[in-house]
Amino acid sequence: MEIKVADALVQCLERENVEVIFGYPGGAILPVYDSLYHSKIKHVLVRHEQGAVHAADGYARVTGKVGVCVATSGPGATNLVTGIANAYMDSIPIVIFTGQVSTSQIGTDSFQEVDITGITMPITKHNYLLKDPMKLPAVIKNAFHIASTGRPGPVLIDVPRDVANMTIPFKYPANVRLRGYRPTYKGHPSKIKEIAALIGKAKRPVIYAGGGIISSNASEELLQFAEAISAPVTNTFMGLAGFPGEHPLSLGMLGLHGTRSANMAISECDLLIGLGARFDDRVVGNINKFAQQATVIHVDIDPAEIGKVVATNVPLVGDVKLVLKSLLPLIEKIDRSQWMERIEELKQQYPLTYCRGEALKPQFVVEQLWNCTRGEAIIVTDVGQHQMWVAQYYRFKYPRTLVSSGGLGCMGFGLPAALGASIAAPGKPVILVTGDGSIQMTMQELGTMMEQGLAVKIIILNNYALGMVRQLQEFYCEGRYMSVNFKFHPDFELLAKAYGIQGYTFRTEEDVIKHLPEALAKPGPAIINCIVPVDENVSPMVMAGQGIHEAIDCG
Amino acid sequence: MEKHTLSVLVENNPGVLTRVAGLFARRGFNIDSLAVGRTDRSDVSRMTIVVEGDKALIEQVTKQLHKLIDVIKISNITEDEYVDRELVMVKVSAEPSQRVEIINIAGIFRARVVDLGRKTLTFECTGTEGKITALEESLRPYGIKELVRTGKIAMLRGSKAVSVGGAWPREGDDE
Repeated sequence: MEIKVADALVQCLERENVEVIFGYPGGAILPVYDSLYHSKIKHVLVRHEQGAVHAADGYARVTGKVGVCVATSGPGATNLVTGIANAYMDSIPIVIFTGQVSTSQIGTDSFQEVDITGITMPITKHNYLLKDPMKLPAVIKNAFHIASTGRPGPVLIDVPRDVANMTIPFKYPANVRLRGYRPTYKGHPSKIKEIAALIGKAKRPVIYAGGGIISSNASEELLQFAEAISAPVTNTFMGLAGFPGEHPLSLGMLGLHGTRSANMAISECDLLIGLGARFDDRVVGNINKFAQQATVIHVDIDPAEIGKVVATNVPLVGDVKLVLKSLLPLIEKIDRSQWMERIEELKQQYPLTYCRGEALKPQFVVEQLWNCTRGEAIIVTDVGQHQMWVAQYYRFKYPRTLVSSGGLGCMGFGLPAALGASIAAPGKPVILVTGDGSIQMTMQELGTMMEQGLAVKIIILNNYALGMVRQLQEFYCEGRYMSVNFKFHPDFELLAKAYGIQGYTFRTEEDVIKHLPEALAKPGPAIINCIVPVDENVSPMVMAGQGIHEAIDCG
Repeated sequence: MEKHTLSVLVENNPGVLTRVAGLFARRGFNIDSLAVGRTDRSDVSRMTIVVEGDKALIEQVTKQLHKLIDVIKISNITEDEYVDRELVMVKVSAEPSQRVEIINIAGIFRARVVDLGRKTLTFECTGTEGKITALEESLRPYGIKELVRTGKIAMLRGSKAVSVGGAWPREGDDE
């Protein structure tokens, strides 16, 4: 029996156990929406396509499943681009469907035509322009497989309107056939032995754990491993929540705005064990001053990451979880009390600090958020100073409780991603910490939130400025503040009211202590506008060209 | 800096050349030459890519290429014994009185005349890069009006081969 391609597309999604799609309809994608009409799959109508892709991304980060979004051709497709790049940079599995003009019109600059496969080639793991209707089932099967395996990432499928209306005999393939794509999961046994031996000999090992810990669900193994070898763990921003922040072995985040103790430990260690991390420039600072005394072990699923930035002594391609599992039995417990003492000393010597005063400090808000939730919430952030304060002062207990744009640093990610997170984890508190700059980039999605009945608590750390850029201008442009101070803001409490959301404004520590717990506990969404000083800096900070152990205080 | 010749087997899919060329451009790798054509299998194409760079760069190029789903296999054949050839066509200014002299020079390189104009001679020549360059230099004094090189193609010597191996069905085939 033959069925319409668009119907087949929806059936494929059902076979992939897709529960929710984030999207925005339009002309070229009309056949797909017509087929969705009869499907059990929930469709979330966003207010802008960027919202759809960020929401699918947030959903994927929380569930570990593939997020799915849909948009039409032309502007619908181009509005997705930022979100696709974001998912690509952070290795998040999403599958994106875009409508395309009919095959006969492709290449003629027809209405709402854009070459979206061409545009997204550098920011997708793979993409398809579906010209042959017969290939649809295999293409979708492959897309979900590619997106979710190996180093995950976004896959886009562009579906011309005429193809969507054709009919095909439908059969969903059982297996994936991709001769050019076979990721390595199991680490090479001889390398694993070599690593075990190096760990045995090391006096001052440090584990440097990245987002790979989260995507391979290796938090449990990481905890066992760190405890077994008595090594402190520092997380990259993407790796936060991959190791419990309150654990005695936790050093917190390293890098540009990392803790001093983490950065010092890196420069003092004799063995650096990189797990699912990519030695990003925001982590290593000046490469010639990074971990100078250390033998470097680098475990990653993506062979191209190994040796890309730093020379590695022992490279190992594999899935971090599987590698740790095979490494654990080979490890002998060693007493490293001297190193542990030194780590404790570093932590005592260099705690994260900020000055409390008359004004309400953003760090204080984040600390109170930790006190209220104790890690029992999903924290979503936008991008900027507030994001770094969350990374520093919120301790994160469980994996997949931080949803944030790392690699791309994409302002506007927060609200739509929080909606995706909220749909992914019904019943779990979802709290968005954002800035007054970031929230205004995608705040149209408040409408989506209300329509979907989602109860995201939105904390705006409002300093009436683009604080991170302002901070850069203070240090790199001698305080010439160009286009970073807002002279107008909406009244966020009134804005909340316009959407039927409970609004709050906090100006003092007392406001926060008194009302934050109640604002978080009350059912339904909230917008919590915290007025904070404009001149508060994220500290410590590594200046350009410096080693990470040479961070300055700029509080 | 050394030149490396990569023999890359790719799916014969639309856009595969764009994927490879785009990757080189955005990662800042320079392509010295690139030749593409079908292999003995209609679903597989071969790209012979010459890249200039040190060992670390070539390793990155190879690893990044491997990440493309349409790339099936990559061999750095420069690391082995191999033969390589390039085809060139060159149109030289030639007054009738100079023809014999020019044809004699071209003969040294086993170049063949493929076209004759009133004031031009067109040669074809195959060979290694060095030979082609030598031919070009020898003809330059007469005035080269046009020159086309195919880019290098290469193959391993002996019974070794860079091939897909096994009879894999084409992507998307029904089982």
